[in-house]
Amino acid sequence: MNWLIDFFGDAANWSGPDGIPLRVLEHLVFAGLSLLLAVVLAVPLGLWIGHTGKGAVLVVLSANAARALPTLGLLVLVVLLMGVGTIAPVLIPLVALAVPPILVNTYEGIRGVDPELRDAAYGMGLRGRQVLGGVLVPVALPLILLGMRTAAIQVVATATVAAYVGLGGLGRYIIDGLATKDYPRAIGGAVLVAALALAVQGLFALVQRISVSPGVSGRQRIR
Amino acid sequence: MGEEPLVRWDWIGRNWPEIQELLADHIIMALVPVVAGLLLALPLGLAGARWRWLYQPTVGTMNVIYSLPSLAVFIVLIPITGLATRATIIVPLTFYAMAVLIPAVVDGLTSVPEHVRQSAVAMGFTPLRRLLRVELPIAVPVVLAGLRVATVSSISLVSVGALVGRGGLGYLFIDGWQRQFPTPIVVGVVLTAILAAVADLLLVVAQRWLTPWSTARSRVREAA
Repeated sequence: MNWLIDFFGDAANWSGPDGIPLRVLEHLVFAGLSLLLAVVLAVPLGLWIGHTGKGAVLVVLSANAARALPTLGLLVLVVLLMGVGTIAPVLIPLVALAVPPILVNTYEGIRGVDPELRDAAYGMGLRGRQVLGGVLVPVALPLILLGMRTAAIQVVATATVAAYVGLGGLGRYIIDGLATKDYPRAIGGAVLVAALALAVQGLFALVQRISVSPGVSGRQRIR
Repeated sequence: MGEEPLVRWDWIGRNWPEIQELLADHIIMALVPVVAGLLLALPLGLAGARWRWLYQPTVGTMNVIYSLPSLAVFIVLIPITGLATRATIIVPLTFYAMAVLIPAVVDGLTSVPEHVRQSAVAMGFTPLRRLLRVELPIAVPVVLAGLRVATVSSISLVSVGALVGRGGLGYLFIDGWQRQFPTPIVVGVVLTAILAAVADLLLVVAQRWLTPWSTARSRVREAA
């Protein structure tokens, strides 16, 4: 506990380029951009595959395989090949990390909608796209959001490794603290990342409560 | 100097014994947590399925644990379990595995249809035999789906341990980065991916073997 006071109690840690506010901001930029890119890639693909049923096997297999890619390894490899310069090398491994849970959950969510519900929508005269947008997506939304939440938490937690190749973010405290045997710094950084991850979790719980239709959220899980 | 090739095959040949050692270390540190996590998740999941009020707090706690960054947990554990020891990696990964497996066990058990449960009671099954012969087998597909996610993530997470001195194949990333030499990194990424693919495949095979009725049912559906 004294270590935490050492780190958080030091006014020098709260301002300047290595200050906590700026590091948190950097961390959020890495994580936010990666998540945004992953959503843009994975949600339309997942909707399309879930709706049409094309390429489903391929997606489920490759998504589970992509989970196995070690972020640290991808990161150092991409940086070695592309150089540091921009933040693009950080985004590639983080997007690779975020896409599988979003893609799988979107696909599973759409595919798992009660077929009777789907048929009823068609029977009411809705067309393919209207069925998708008006019925399937709202019903699948809890699962889709769950996928995004999982991805967001993993990205926030993993963005720490960016510091290993000399970039910013909260990982700086952890990597620098370890390198200089400054444990209060390393643990302080770890606590900040954990707090950020919990905040993201809370944020998603809120988004879910606001955006999911009450008729859908009444049931715990749609299978 | 010519263009540096992405992979120097002669380096792999020369360092193969060392790579094998790292691979073995990686397998132990990735799989022990999954097995331990499953052994702990089964009773906790059973309790959560039986007494629903236990479920929310358990899952909430597990969600919080799951959102802790692995690197952060490794560092916090160093004063207790020691720098560069297997335990520093295995203990947090066990909790991550539990965070995935407890909800899977509960979901699997609650997916047992009520009429099946009642049929088992009517046939005179004792609660323990009903659990072992009826409820757990029906829960197997959901539990195995969780097990697949837990196993693959565990294999991938071990390499982060390299930053605290013990990461199995992750050591190759550090080594390659420090010497600005891509070959070890490529070897590490590829071996991790192969390891995960093999483990995943074994679990899929295990599921087919443990739940023969699910493949039989889909064959019937195809024929229909």
